[in-house]
Amino acid sequence: MENTHSHSTNYNIYILVWLGLVALTTLTVAVAGLDLAYLTVVVALVIATTKSLFVANYFMHVKSDSRVFKVFILVCLVIFLTMIILTFFDLIFRSPVK
Amino acid sequence: MDNELIIEKKHPEHIHRDDVGSKMGMWLFLFTELILFGGMFILYASYRFMYPDNFHVAASRLDTMVGTVNTIILLTSSLTAVLALAALQRKQKLFSIYLLGFTIVCGGAFLVNKYFEWSAKIHHGLYPRGPEMANLSDGEVVFYGLYYVMTGLHALHVIVGLVFLTVMIFFIYKDKITFDNNQKLENAGLYWHLVDIIWIFLFPLFYLIH
Repeated sequence: MENTHSHSTNYNIYILVWLGLVALTTLTVAVAGLDLAYLTVVVALVIATTKSLFVANYFMHVKSDSRVFKVFILVCLVIFLTMIILTFFDLIFRSPVK
Repeated sequence: MDNELIIEKKHPEHIHRDDVGSKMGMWLFLFTELILFGGMFILYASYRFMYPDNFHVAASRLDTMVGTVNTIILLTSSLTAVLALAALQRKQKLFSIYLLGFTIVCGGAFLVNKYFEWSAKIHHGLYPRGPEMANLSDGEVVFYGLYYVMTGLHALHVIVGLVFLTVMIFFIYKDKITFDNNQKLENAGLYWHLVDIIWIFLFPLFYLIH
């Protein structure tokens, strides 16, 4: 029977990841003070995605999980992305409000 | 399947457990959560696309400091949740319970901050059909509507997570979760981390647009 308890029990890795997450939070707050026009939301989302990847890979152990979980998660994300793209196809090609 | 049942009958000491299946079930549930919040994020994106200026004005009234502090609190609670699992796998039962206790304290602190934040908004008449809302533009009203629904639903998830973690502490205390039988604790952790990830996206989208 497959055993799933192969995750790291090394505390230091988790603390390092946490420090990285706090640093990224500081960065996203600092960057928000700059006027980057439409890039503001792009930068904010890139940082948020990076933080999520850290949480998923290390805290949720996706990195050390078997391949089936990675494929599983990827399929769900692709479905979600398709929903976003289809919605924006509608919004962008709609006649503007007012 | 049948073979396993026979083994189980022949050897009563063999306890049937499917950790991979359990974890997969948890992930399936997390996907439904992703689609639930995802739908709301799409709604947010659509309205922000329609009313970009109104969203900037409305967001400037949110307190960035409270949002930042709450982000750090949730990140720290995620750290202690995953450390609790690692501690239990190292057979440090008591330390694991302490770490989970600290996680619950962090979750509680997050909710207390949220309470004061909402109270201040409501005090200023900024709530659905509140007196201040009548003076706002359509886009600002939509922004505050989304703010209350999305952070409210998130706070509800924090409350559910706190209940889960409390039950986990009880299970560890009663040795129902042990160093080599801890899938329940890992699943509770997965839920808690997902709630953290949702906040990671809510924070910049509501508090950091100026």
